[in-house]
Amino acid sequence: MSFPWLTVLMVVPLVGAVLVAALPRSRPELAKWTALGVSLVSLGISLAVLAQFDLDSGGFQLSEQHEWIEPLGVHYALGVDGIGLTLILMTTILVPIVIVAGWNDADGARWSVKTFFALMLALEGLVIGVFAATDVFLFYVLFEAALVPAYFLIGGYGGARRSYAALKFLMFSLAGGLLMLASVIGMWVISSSQGDPSFLLADMKDLSVGTVEGRWLFLGFFIAFAVKAPMVPLHTWLPDAASAATPGTSVLLVSVLDKLGTFGMIRFCLGLFPEASEWASPVVITLAVISILYGALLAIGQDHMMRLIAFTSVSHFGFIVLGIFALTSQSASGSTFYMFNHGLSTAALFLIAGFLIQRRGSARISDFGGVQKIAPIMAGLFLIAGLASLSLPGLSTFVGEFLVLAGTFTRSTTAAVFATLGIVLAALYILLMYQRTMTGPLREDNRGVTDMVPREIVAIAPAVVLLIGLGLFPQPILDLVNPAVSETLEHVQVGDPEPKTPSFPIAEGSSK
Amino acid sequence: MTVEPFIGLSALLFAIGAIGVLVRRNAIVVFMCVELMLNACNLSFVTFARAHGNLDGQVAAFFVMVVAAAEVVVGLAIIVSIFRTRRSASVDDASLLKL
Amino acid sequence: MTSMSSIVLAASEHADVVPVAADGVFSWMWLLVAIPAVSAAILLIGDGAGDHGPLDRFGHLLGTAAAIASFVVGVVGFVALLGQDVAERAVTQDLWTWMQVGGFDVTMSVYYDQLSALFVLLITGVGSLIHVYSIGYMAHDPRKRRFFGFLNLFIAAMLVLVLAGDYLVLFLGWEGVGLASYLLIGFWQEKRSAAVAAKKAFIVNRVGDLGLALGIMLMFAQFGTTNIHEVGLNVTNASQSVATALGLLLLLGACGKSAQVPLQSWLLDAMEGPTPVSALIHAATMVTAGVYLVVRSAAIYDLSEVARTAVVIVGCVTLLFGAWIGCAKDDIKKALAGSTMSQIGYMMLAAGLGPAGYAFAIFHLITHGFFKANMFLGAGSVMHGMNDDVDMRHYGALRKLMPLTFITFAMGYLAIIGFPGFSGFFSKDRIIESAFATNFWAGLAALLGAGVTAFYMTRVMILTFFGERRWREDVHPHESPKIMTVPLIVLAALSVVGGALTFSDWIEDWLTPVTGSEHHELGVPAWVITLIIVAVVAVGASLAYVLFARRDVPDTAPQQVSVFTRAGRADLYGDAVNEAVFMRPGQYLTRSLVYVDGTGIDGAVTGTAELVGDGARGLRRLQTGFVRTYAAEIFGGALVLVLALLAVNLA
Repeated sequence: MSFPWLTVLMVVPLVGAVLVAALPRSRPELAKWTALGVSLVSLGISLAVLAQFDLDSGGFQLSEQHEWIEPLGVHYALGVDGIGLTLILMTTILVPIVIVAGWNDADGARWSVKTFFALMLALEGLVIGVFAATDVFLFYVLFEAALVPAYFLIGGYGGARRSYAALKFLMFSLAGGLLMLASVIGMWVISSSQGDPSFLLADMKDLSVGTVEGRWLFLGFFIAFAVKAPMVPLHTWLPDAASAATPGTSVLLVSVLDKLGTFGMIRFCLGLFPEASEWASPVVITLAVISILYGALLAIGQDHMMRLIAFTSVSHFGFIVLGIFALTSQSASGSTFYMFNHGLSTAALFLIAGFLIQRRGSARISDFGGVQKIAPIMAGLFLIAGLASLSLPGLSTFVGEFLVLAGTFTRSTTAAVFATLGIVLAALYILLMYQRTMTGPLREDNRGVTDMVPREIVAIAPAVVLLIGLGLFPQPILDLVNPAVSETLEHVQVGDPEPKTPSFPIAEGSSK
Repeated sequence: MTVEPFIGLSALLFAIGAIGVLVRRNAIVVFMCVELMLNACNLSFVTFARAHGNLDGQVAAFFVMVVAAAEVVVGLAIIVSIFRTRRSASVDDASLLKL
Repeated sequence: MTSMSSIVLAASEHADVVPVAADGVFSWMWLLVAIPAVSAAILLIGDGAGDHGPLDRFGHLLGTAAAIASFVVGVVGFVALLGQDVAERAVTQDLWTWMQVGGFDVTMSVYYDQLSALFVLLITGVGSLIHVYSIGYMAHDPRKRRFFGFLNLFIAAMLVLVLAGDYLVLFLGWEGVGLASYLLIGFWQEKRSAAVAAKKAFIVNRVGDLGLALGIMLMFAQFGTTNIHEVGLNVTNASQSVATALGLLLLLGACGKSAQVPLQSWLLDAMEGPTPVSALIHAATMVTAGVYLVVRSAAIYDLSEVARTAVVIVGCVTLLFGAWIGCAKDDIKKALAGSTMSQIGYMMLAAGLGPAGYAFAIFHLITHGFFKANMFLGAGSVMHGMNDDVDMRHYGALRKLMPLTFITFAMGYLAIIGFPGFSGFFSKDRIIESAFATNFWAGLAALLGAGVTAFYMTRVMILTFFGERRWREDVHPHESPKIMTVPLIVLAALSVVGGALTFSDWIEDWLTPVTGSEHHELGVPAWVITLIIVAVVAVGASLAYVLFARRDVPDTAPQQVSVFTRAGRADLYGDAVNEAVFMRPGQYLTRSLVYVDGTGIDGAVTGTAELVGDGARGLRRLQTGFVRTYAAEIFGGALVLVLALLAVNLA
């Protein structure tokens, strides 16, 4: 038995959460530093996991497996492939950023500061568990458990409509989760009818599921993931939650928690129900394209900055889902890469918008104007984050988005053409927001806005560095993702479409 | 032995208690009517125990008595504290348990 | 365009090119991009280091040095390329794998050939001169350092664009220059008009990018590669419709970047940027990227006549469109911007002629880069002396006070109208000739354009440098400092002698391996056409002389003008059309979608929740709080139960 890396990775934040929660209420600074320390330790462990990961051997690695509930065939089983590891890295990178950026966010709240950071760490641990779970039941349990800290983070520390938003978020997620529970039970029934029941992903993949049953069970999983992702028309909880929560919570919600949905689609929808996934792909692709355009158009129509960013995410999640269900290696790898970078770019946008809102005391775009004059660093970083959101080539989001589009194009030209319209709309919503907040003559009532302090710069800088660095050198992460994606697609039994034009015989010695 | 008169008495007592619970407003009287119903049941238990010649009914009666005693303690305490705060023992005045 | 159909163009000529791996000097070509990129990074990141650090004092020198260093590398590369065999003049160097997934493999590579080499020289050469000029022009701007950072960023991105060996890398540069253009148009962002113009430029360009992006996706779907060279080889196997689709999609991209109709509306607004930016980005280099794209994709256009015809039509329409606008504007920069559109229209027209015109498109692109940069910088020098007033009606009689600016501007003027012997004469003459040789109507449009060009440029010249003084009171015109006039002199010299590139057909021969070549015989001797062109130009110039030099110039633009002038002043209603067709319906759409989302989709969810809530509120009334009601309910329930049991037992 080798060292249980993944368990440690998952348990460290959870233990940290308990530790932070146990600290005396009167010393909030101590809680903050402890939380930051724990999150950095987690980041370190995740990097160690990355170092252990063998790029060449593929499959699930660093696996652990123990019986949990024997009669039901439930295991405590963890393991990562390239997709899961990428998303775990994203989580461990984002949590310290959020903690540093949200250092003072909980200071005036009704609940205590230490609880805020404890909840963040708890969320981190649970989400890592979800990304690493290779047992369907364990996945389900952690998937639902992650709602709890998220609910309290929104409901305990948000703005005016936090209770409403928290409840809405919980109800949407629970409704989806219920459908997934039904499907999980359905899978167990099928599993137990074909020998000893087992919830292990590897075992469930090999079950022979009837076509009709498979499609129903697929739907249960898919709807739960579509709520999380969020796809139109199941998206309306997100703008409310993002506008009511603190910026840091919004980041954890949109950048991390929502990824559980798209991650689930790759691992469980495609993994467990290959036939049904292919069957559903035309509808899902249509919905994804609608999400892209609809989210973008709604973002253009928003005046509330956080709602605007939330709608941009609806649009971006449309791209991610499109890439997954276009079922080509380019689009699926692109989707995974996009998940990682969407996490970074949206985090930067949410956090900087949060800094702005905190200083101005209003989230309305129409209350701003000319901020660039007095806060040039903030304006510059905001622009970079915005450009990442509109997928400017050279920033890492472009790589993901273009791979999704190029892959989709080989499968469905129509979908790709409509999805590409999203890049024009993205330019509109980002640049309109930037123009209205940052440029123009400085408004008198904006004079109080100060530039970013070093703590805030330190929080945003890693995200910006990664966005630019991975924009030019995305291959390390793509190398991590590619084997996992091609295994998944092999399981679905679809290959990439061949180039339609026979290739010209290239002369000997010519370079590429 | 004939059980009919005992059962008849028991039914009568139970009916009196039930009607008392339904029509009286004074909490103490309602409470006593509840006791009356309990004791009507006890009478039935004991009667059937005698008729069947075993102790099951007697045991059940004991249980009822114990429960009744506990209930008296809690119930009277509630009634007294309500009376202290509201200067009234009418059950219709204490209708706060609603939305 | 019937006369074109008879010509089936062979792609084989440039399919022969076999790129060779870079060695020696060529393996250092990446420095071209790296130097300005690093300099830009230093200048921009240093932003946080306080406002009066050493970078603020010397940042502009660093930026200028970076541009010049890049130019030196470009010259060395060019000389080395001259020394290569013709067959080995396409040099390629793979730097690293940008992205590779399955069959999708994009390499960051440097592709340095005859075409790139010319562009590199133009970009870094004119770019360096404009950097030098900006030292003087932006001397008093508090954010000078950032300005030079953005300029360096632009140079780097533009070089990525022309050195790319892969369409996706080209797209990286393409968007990079778009970003630099956005940042520089909006450099004075505290002016709302500048910020709006910047945004508009970016968004209109994105519409064009849509075409380029879809074109790249189509390449991947069809050929499994986006490498420019391989696409060029493979496209010969593709069907006609694929080549046409590719050609039209790339044309859409080119229209956006090169401000061609119908995506022209952003260029006039882009004049909100500082004048050196207008000279570098919106005249000499970036806006010609569309022409570069078409020429670089020659292999695709050779196969599709429809696409080529579309390019010709776009070119013809834009060259007249821009010239028309140029006639009506009083703002000197906007008049020049209209002229830029028009001249790029010429290049597009030439590029649309196929191998017969590619080389001339590039030739005109280079000479235009010289003389238009020269004139923009001259205009900047005039504005510098006139307190940044741009209205030509407030100028007049400046030739004595700004002799250097006047002379250099005049060189540019003579070049653009095609005065015999000047660079523009050769380049425009070639385009009009080959247009006539291919299609009479295209030739006629180009000829007409030449006349109109002479008209509006003469107007600019007269209003600015001749006639009466019409200055505002507090304006004291003066010649600009040397740091600004020296670049003017260099560019003026280039405007004069730039035509030498075509002596003994050098540029045609140089570019033949890239673009192929083809010569169409005219029905008449070439000198006849030349004579006609010169005559038309003379007519245009004299007309302007009669209209503007002989009469007084009103201080404010007269309102009682012909419908043509009014249309020209309104940019031929480009903005009005965009607003009516896209903006208003778009706003309506977003507003109604926001409503639908709130009441429809979210309404369905919250509605369900409220329905449940209402039901619960109804049931809640059963809880009265009266103990006796509860007791009655219990007894009632018990009674029902007993009766039911009895009924069952008795039945």
